[in-house]
Amino acid sequence: MFDVLSRIMRTGILTETPAEDAQNSSAITDLQTDLRSILGRALCIRQVDAGSCNGCELEINALNNPYYNLEGLGIKFVASPRHADLLLVTGPVSVNMEEALKRTYDATPDPKFVVALGDCADCGCVFGRSYASRGGVANLIPVDYTILGCPPEPAAILKGILQVARSKHRAS
Amino acid sequence: MMMEFDRFDPPPAKFPGNVPAIRVQANADHWFAAAEALHAAHAHFLSLWGADDRDRDNCFRIYGAWLLPDRVVVIENALRDVANPHYASLAPLFPAASRMQRAVYDLLGISTEEPDMRRWLRHDGWPESVFPLRRAFDGNQQYPVTSEPYPFVQVEGDGVHEIPVGPVHAGTIEPGHFRFSVVGEKVLRLEERLGYTHKGVGKRFQAMPQAEGHWLAARLCGDSAVAFSWAWCAALESITDTLCPPRAIALRALALEHERMANHLGDLGALGNDAGFAFGLTQFSRLKEDLLRTGAALFGERYLMNFILPGGVARDLPAHASALLSAQYLKLEESVAGLRSIYDEHAGVQDRFRETGRLDHAPAEQLGALGLVARASGIQCDLRVNMPWPPYDGLQVQPALQTSGDVAARAQVRFDEVFASLRLCRALLADLSAGPVHAAVPIAEPGSMGIGLIEGWRGPVLIVLEAGPEGSIRNCHAHDPSWQNWPLLEYAIIGNLVPDFPLINKSFNLSYSGQDG
Repeated sequence: MFDVLSRIMRTGILTETPAEDAQNSSAITDLQTDLRSILGRALCIRQVDAGSCNGCELEINALNNPYYNLEGLGIKFVASPRHADLLLVTGPVSVNMEEALKRTYDATPDPKFVVALGDCADCGCVFGRSYASRGGVANLIPVDYTILGCPPEPAAILKGILQVARSKHRAS
Repeated sequence: MMMEFDRFDPPPAKFPGNVPAIRVQANADHWFAAAEALHAAHAHFLSLWGADDRDRDNCFRIYGAWLLPDRVVVIENALRDVANPHYASLAPLFPAASRMQRAVYDLLGISTEEPDMRRWLRHDGWPESVFPLRRAFDGNQQYPVTSEPYPFVQVEGDGVHEIPVGPVHAGTIEPGHFRFSVVGEKVLRLEERLGYTHKGVGKRFQAMPQAEGHWLAARLCGDSAVAFSWAWCAALESITDTLCPPRAIALRALALEHERMANHLGDLGALGNDAGFAFGLTQFSRLKEDLLRTGAALFGERYLMNFILPGGVARDLPAHASALLSAQYLKLEESVAGLRSIYDEHAGVQDRFRETGRLDHAPAEQLGALGLVARASGIQCDLRVNMPWPPYDGLQVQPALQTSGDVAARAQVRFDEVFASLRLCRALLADLSAGPVHAAVPIAEPGSMGIGLIEGWRGPVLIVLEAGPEGSIRNCHAHDPSWQNWPLLEYAIIGNLVPDFPLINKSFNLSYSGQDG
């Protein structure tokens, strides 16, 4: 136990302020206020891998590491689409995932946002459209925002998610 | 072993590649006999794939690849009955062949007499009469998704019920379906259904020029981008007689060891988390992030999707790389050593790790385990040790080996391999020669075939490349060791508790995308 505590002490707090708000010291509070006024609570994300190579998933997982500390911002990943405000979809959408993606979309309560994550989710990228791939996510379900990259870096994913949340806020 | 193949006509030929390999042309009679000889020699079954060669010499071909201690053997079987192409099933000797045979049928319509020929990669997305890897098939053709029920094996008895999981999983992981048959908390049987991320890469390769294939290879399985892109380039370089500059080869190995460490660190954290020890996840995910950030600063990318290309690597390291890396390795080594002793001494963690998801040596051997999973069950197999290709031939890699075959063993192998990788990285940096990092690659001769086999962090990843005319790709077969190890997960979960599945699954951490293709 002593070893665990001592390592926690030595590691310290690593969490960084999101880059876009680095100049603004109250950025995190603002963001949390924004999320609260949009949703009245945390932003809940359901991630759907609709056929990706797993590269995007690695970077999404990185958002939960202490540097990005996504939950500290009031954003969390949930286990069911029924609990989600936002679907974060990676792709290309394989034909074998088409039905599962559509059913996940239908199971997500309105109002919902869909973010297509990565170059493949945008257009199919190197996998294109074929007998096995439907290409980009927008070919199957409505997409609100696309985050490009192969894979996009965690900071870019975070920025994209925040932009979607804020644009929805402004629109309302 | 060569003796067994002497009677073949033509005799075994050298198969170009980064590791010693021979290619044996068998006919229908010799196909199974050759497999029996390899089985008797305790060869590890590596892969099975097929090709439509009706346009060239009016046959289909089926290929099998095996690992002997010092070389790869590829057996090739030309199937002349093109109206009803079939071959003898290898599954009675090598159970891992079963799913591969089902996949070959789905893609090419080449069949075996095996009783379980349920569809594997084809779900509901294209008709049963369509075989996408046949040459006449237009890969851009699309079909509407229909809904065909899949016949899972039913377990019956008092109190038995089923838990279906997936394809969309509760966490941020790849899609697949698990069907548990349980009594109370105890798992009687797990049946996996995979193929959800099938993206038709075999057909996709055939539409690409050789000069671009590495780009797709790096994206077959995102966590093994370096291993697959290296395997692809090794195959192409071997059939174009390209000599990579020594500096490029060393940088590739450095990238491969970084990939190994990053994945192992991520898994060690996730294993702690799945055992209810969130501290482990926090600490290891931070170490992984540090490594990725250094990688981004030095290699130009966090995940090296675009680093390895035919003839060498895309970028040289900046001048300050060596000092920066040495400092990071020191910190990493101290941290991982400290965390290892915390894991080892933590009663709660060890209680969850030990005896959980056991895969003993005998079933691991019989079922054909590969890579990290095999090494945790006492099977000594690491290409960097057995058939070291440059630069590993000069590095004397020490294999990690555990015998208990449980979650604890798979965690220990990861710990050992992180330290081994650190040693290798230091040795590579110390001996890094000056010079260029890229050589020009000519176009490969049409019909030439090469093999690339790289020990990725999960195990051996294979690319077999056949060149087409004018710099095109005629065939490209990619194989991830997850093919072999997925069925072992079904075995390792038997008798365990349902809540231990995430932990056991994470200790295997197999690829969906790499398997689905």
